[in-house]
Amino acid sequence: MSAELRAIDCDVHPTVPDLKALLPYVDPFWRDQVEERGIPSLESISYPPNAPITARPDWRSKNGQAAVDVTQLSGQVFDRWRTSLAICNCLYGVQLVFSEDMARAFTRALNDWIVKQWLDRDPRLRASIVVPMQNIEYAVDEIERCAQDRRFVQILVLAMQETPLGRRHYWPVYAAAERHGLPIGIHAGSNYRNPVTSLGWPSYYIEDYASQSQGFQSQVASLICEGVFAKYPGLKVVLIESGVTWLPGFLWRFSKFWRGLRTEVPWVDRSPAEIVRDHIRLTVQPLDAPTASGDVERAIDHLRSDDILLFASDFPHWQFDGDDTMPAGIPAALHRKILVDNPLATYHRLSGATHTDGCRLFE
Amino acid sequence: MNVEVKQPVRVHNSRVGLVDCDIHPKITVDQLRPFLSNHWWGYLQTYGLRPRHGFVKGYPFPKMTPQAARRDAWPPTGGLPASDLDFMRAQHLDHYGIDHGIMNPLSPTGQGDQNPEFSAALTTAANECQLEHWTRREPRLRSSIVVPYENAEASRAEIRRRASNREFAQVFLLSRTSEALGRRRYWPIYEAAVEAGLPVGIHVFGYSGNPMTNTGWPSFYVEEMTEHATSSQALVTSLIMEGVFERYRDLKIVLIESGFAWLPALGWRLDKHWKRLREEVPHLTKAPSEYIREHFWVSTQPMEESEQPEHVVDVMRWIGFDRILFASDYPHWDFDDPVLALPPSLNEEQRRKIYSDNARALYRLG
Repeated sequence: MSAELRAIDCDVHPTVPDLKALLPYVDPFWRDQVEERGIPSLESISYPPNAPITARPDWRSKNGQAAVDVTQLSGQVFDRWRTSLAICNCLYGVQLVFSEDMARAFTRALNDWIVKQWLDRDPRLRASIVVPMQNIEYAVDEIERCAQDRRFVQILVLAMQETPLGRRHYWPVYAAAERHGLPIGIHAGSNYRNPVTSLGWPSYYIEDYASQSQGFQSQVASLICEGVFAKYPGLKVVLIESGVTWLPGFLWRFSKFWRGLRTEVPWVDRSPAEIVRDHIRLTVQPLDAPTASGDVERAIDHLRSDDILLFASDFPHWQFDGDDTMPAGIPAALHRKILVDNPLATYHRLSGATHTDGCRLFE
Repeated sequence: MNVEVKQPVRVHNSRVGLVDCDIHPKITVDQLRPFLSNHWWGYLQTYGLRPRHGFVKGYPFPKMTPQAARRDAWPPTGGLPASDLDFMRAQHLDHYGIDHGIMNPLSPTGQGDQNPEFSAALTTAANECQLEHWTRREPRLRSSIVVPYENAEASRAEIRRRASNREFAQVFLLSRTSEALGRRRYWPIYEAAVEAGLPVGIHVFGYSGNPMTNTGWPSFYVEEMTEHATSSQALVTSLIMEGVFERYRDLKIVLIESGFAWLPALGWRLDKHWKRLREEVPHLTKAPSEYIREHFWVSTQPMEESEQPEHVVDVMRWIGFDRILFASDYPHWDFDDPVLALPPSLNEEQRRKIYSDNARALYRLG
């Protein structure tokens, strides 16, 4: 990474230390419910707390958690890696809750907690709005409530939902996103309404994590086939922690079937590969890459776009060792775009905010 | 999709001796009848096929052509596409100079039926039909052992019943099984396949009973077709992570009609995360991509078409030119023409491997 570039980190994960941390932000009814029903936690099994991938060993505190407060995250991301801005994507499992009312209460609480405990404590932090997709009206309400705060730069949903994200009952969320200029960030994770593979529940956690990239493929196919981008031409979608290299092969297959079957979806009036380049971005960590660096460059070339990758460390998930935040083998000529230009082009609220906050992107 | 308009006037001079690894003969219900007991024939008449979806006739996602067939594949003598051997010979085997064709019969063969005993009876009958109506009449063709895969004991018995008959070239499964194919309940199938020295071909389709994606049911046929790749990714992951290849070291898996461009990226993904998570799967003795390299073959159709032609050749190199098998998918609408399907930049040796040598070695065709 060249020394003068100060990256924009599009994926860092504040950890909710426990459910008690959110109780100041819910009304007394839900405080009582948590107490009286003995609700222990809403952490998602997508990231078992002690699993190697959930936090790098040297970032874990004595109790095993990482990134539970702004000091550690800022120290690593801003001080050590000299990042200029970072987007907080909180993965606490409020999207998994079955009661729509409970989901609404704890989603609101989570967003308020992010504001008070993170955004208010470091002006270099931004965040995604966590939304209760269990109920689309509630999701839109939450977007409208949080979008007033310009430090929220994106709407966050999980890669595996109850129904594919293109389905039309979701469209009010995309209307709100377009209205506010907020990309939809689809992050690895499931609300566990469906088995994590189309062949049922696998035996091992590594299969659960590997299956995330299947969810991303299905979401891209659904968003395009249902006509989301035809209806909302200003909408952008960011695929976060997807693994990246599954995309070209998926698009070759999908675009070929689209050519043969396009009469079924006449609103898809150009190749899915083109639509993806115009509307979809991917964060670069993790990069599921071959071991030979020449092959990494080939795999990146298969994306056919210099604009499509966004820098992310995925802190504190254990995706790399040391300080090699940029995956090896990505051509140096692309670094500036990945680190700075592409994030700014994707998240319009970052540029506005950098002016008002006086953050300098280049030194 | 690669059907040339003026195809009939073109002259074919095959230089390599083609092997087509995916031909779909249509076995009809009437052909099954002599091979079914009165009980199962009556059952079929009364309840029909129930392969884990909701429709009595047709499919959850309607195909875009009747029988998903090429419009020109309906035999002039009447009957369904690929139900008439003479017409298949003229339109496909002779026309392209095909030396050998591996037959993979689909519905109504009873695979994946909810009733495991009925599934066993139908698959046995389907295997008899392949011999009676196809391979005994056309030596270029080979049958696949259709097995009732949700009933592994019956599958093992069926494989053992057919093992010594060289008219059968492989054990035949569909990709959308009720659980991922690495799960222990399917291991008797692999045991019998290895015992018989036969590869296991896994052809896309079937219905698992689970939503077709891990984010729920899609809406469109174009999604169903695209999603075969994701189901195949899950089954490859399962076969590796469950340790199937540690138990059955000689097992050979052929992925049919699932495409292949996703396979190297899946290997990279599994390798990357296995490095962190390997303690969970201590029975693996090597990186996941090494199991892929050693145990998997892929068929070409539907041939992936990258926007820049050399990109798909990169992927073929990553998989290995010794692991890729030509397939046409005759008589289906997305048929790949043997003359036109492969990237033009492949050299003569690469073409010979894909069109011929790899399949001859794998299927013992000589």
